[in-house]
Amino acid sequence: MGAFSRRRLAAVALATASALLLTTGCGGDDAADDDGTITLTVDVFGQFGYEQLYQEYMASHPGVKIVERGTGGNLDEYSPKLTQWLAAGKGAGDIVAIEEGLLVEYKANPGNFVNLLDHGAAELKGNFLDWKWNGGLTADGKHLIGLGTDVGGMAMCYRKDLFAKAGLPTDREAVAKLWPTWQDYIRVGEQFTAKKTGAAFLDAATNTFNTILLQTAGNAQGYSYYDTSDNLVVDSNPAVRQAWDTTMDIIDSGLSGKYGAWSEEWVSAFKQAKFATIACPAWMTGVIEGNAGAEASGKWDIAQVPGNGGNWGGSYLAVPKQSKHQAEAIELAKFLTSAKGQIGAFKAKGPLPSSPQALEDPAITGATNAYFSGAPVGQIFAAGAKNLKPVYMGPKNQAVRTEVENAVRTVELGQRSPDQGWTDAVSNAKKAAAK
Amino acid sequence: MSVQLDARPPVVPAATARPTRAHRLSRFDTRYSPYLYIAPFFLLFAVFGVYPLVYTFWVSLHDWDLLGSDHPFVGAENYTRLMADADFWHAVVNTLGIFVISTVPQLLAALWLANLLNRSLRARTGWRMAVLIPNVTSTAAVAIVFGVLFGREFGMVNWLLDLVGIDAVNWKSDRFASWVAISAMVDWRWTGYNALIFLAAMQAIPRDLYESAAIDGANRARQFWSITVPLLKPTIIFAVIISTIGGLQLFTEPRLFHSGTNPIRGGPLRESQTVTMYMFENAFAPHYNFGYGSAVAWLLFALIAVVAAVNVLIIRRLGGQTPGGRAAKGDLR
Repeated sequence: MGAFSRRRLAAVALATASALLLTTGCGGDDAADDDGTITLTVDVFGQFGYEQLYQEYMASHPGVKIVERGTGGNLDEYSPKLTQWLAAGKGAGDIVAIEEGLLVEYKANPGNFVNLLDHGAAELKGNFLDWKWNGGLTADGKHLIGLGTDVGGMAMCYRKDLFAKAGLPTDREAVAKLWPTWQDYIRVGEQFTAKKTGAAFLDAATNTFNTILLQTAGNAQGYSYYDTSDNLVVDSNPAVRQAWDTTMDIIDSGLSGKYGAWSEEWVSAFKQAKFATIACPAWMTGVIEGNAGAEASGKWDIAQVPGNGGNWGGSYLAVPKQSKHQAEAIELAKFLTSAKGQIGAFKAKGPLPSSPQALEDPAITGATNAYFSGAPVGQIFAAGAKNLKPVYMGPKNQAVRTEVENAVRTVELGQRSPDQGWTDAVSNAKKAAAK
Repeated sequence: MSVQLDARPPVVPAATARPTRAHRLSRFDTRYSPYLYIAPFFLLFAVFGVYPLVYTFWVSLHDWDLLGSDHPFVGAENYTRLMADADFWHAVVNTLGIFVISTVPQLLAALWLANLLNRSLRARTGWRMAVLIPNVTSTAAVAIVFGVLFGREFGMVNWLLDLVGIDAVNWKSDRFASWVAISAMVDWRWTGYNALIFLAAMQAIPRDLYESAAIDGANRARQFWSITVPLLKPTIIFAVIISTIGGLQLFTEPRLFHSGTNPIRGGPLRESQTVTMYMFENAFAPHYNFGYGSAVAWLLFALIAVVAAVNVLIIRRLGGQTPGGRAAKGDLR
């Protein structure tokens, strides 16, 4: 009996202990492998075009293995995940890509990231467009969170087959002449719509709104929802109102296909050629190719954007403090954001370099894109890139932008009148900024 | 125990020490080992249940920026702000709305299915397993497929409606339509599961009750409402509580029903944003306000407790009034 009960007690103790082990024992360390090679994880979203560069880097650095996560993923899903990893102090890659809108929020707590200035990054300043370099710095200029990857120089992508069907010119020079301004663009859209091709003129009013806003704001004071002292100016900044009004004209003329940007329907609409134009920052070319698929190759082309220039999007690479291989990760980040790295990425997936050297490189200036009917993407995007007028982003830019774009969407869907929509936009933006 | 200790001789010979120790061990065994046996559950519950619950409450009392390192204590401020937050109450109404239009038909259909499955059918086990198939498919896959089916322009549901001459419905940005679509998703998944639970309970009902009812001239429907339903009362209460907990925490279906920018809002006017989605929106992107999100979580907890209690009361009342069936029939519908 004694021995029996002792065995039972032991069994219970064992079961308890193993349960505890199960609960605490997970999460082994991913330190160096047995043979001394280390694995660097790179977290990205969308298409960064780094595959070839990784191969090259691994060939010249035998002790390093590179794994990329999140390729092709949606930014809206990536951002909260990254934030959770940072908050938990665990889970983030050794290098993380950060979109400029999110970087603004991260700058408030730079302690989550390695200060690249402590690792000899200062000498790289000349490798980036000034504003791109400054974008990675905290307000006091003492902490460099990220090195710039790409910028979002703007163009207008359009489907030649639909333009031909509507009796519009298809040549990119001629198309650019159709729309020097957004009002011209609306007029062309009305002509297109009158021909009843079965397709809408543009994908979603929100995309066009954001394009117009960034362009208008860039050409005016250089800020949109927040002024440079971080005051919310959504209702007093004329640039916001002007972009809103132009977008309302677009909606009013019935040009939008109302395919919610980035939704399943939006992707289907690409496949089925349901809209003729889409505002096209450089990185969008890769998205179009991915969504419209190989069968639409040669049917798209790229023309000058209405209005003048503008920048939408672009990202940075940062090294989280939680990385166990900071030094190696910094080396890799420097390589990927070097002029050479940026050229490689551009060739693979089209993100426009933020390095002036790369922008002058014949590999960029002479680049064409076969998918877009051989459009000289180098000329179209790179030409304007050096004179891009960036737009300042305030602390809650992302949340405020979400509210205003949702208001655009409610008008587009006929749920709100333009006036109601504007009232919503302003009051919801104020609420979001206060959260 | 103490009596025995007192009775022990002052010097214990080695020979007798053994049985005494064994005896004490055995007493210890009978008295405490049951607790040890269930301890693993409580340990796990403490780690994954109680600790997060308490920690969430602690967080909800602070101004807690998810990325910040400084989290000042703000007391009940998050809660007072939340009580005045129209978007929160909007999400509560959405959640309750989706809950009602998914759970009521779901449980009625499950009851009906269980009743059918309880008859002598050919390949009975096959039918019974078949109703469970929707439940073993991944929620994410179901939600994505339904999201496409209910598309505005390319969706199959609108195409079918068009065939019978009904105008396309904007399933994702019409409040009631989106509730219906999401409820369809929930019901597709959970009706079979509840049917099997009801079926198990039905099989425990003695056959002779039905036999004597049949002799008294009660038809099938009468038997169902007068015998089956009243005797299933405890099971129905169980199913209602489980559905309440699940229904009020609905997240995956409405979240994946929407795609594109900011799907967490559940539509441009938050048409089908549930409370859990609102919690996520505040605690994570785009607000990263962990304290506020935690307050939402706690209010949701309170809400579930209240709704579950109300449900139990309603079901008890229904059962209490109706030893016969007519009232139950009317009320349950």
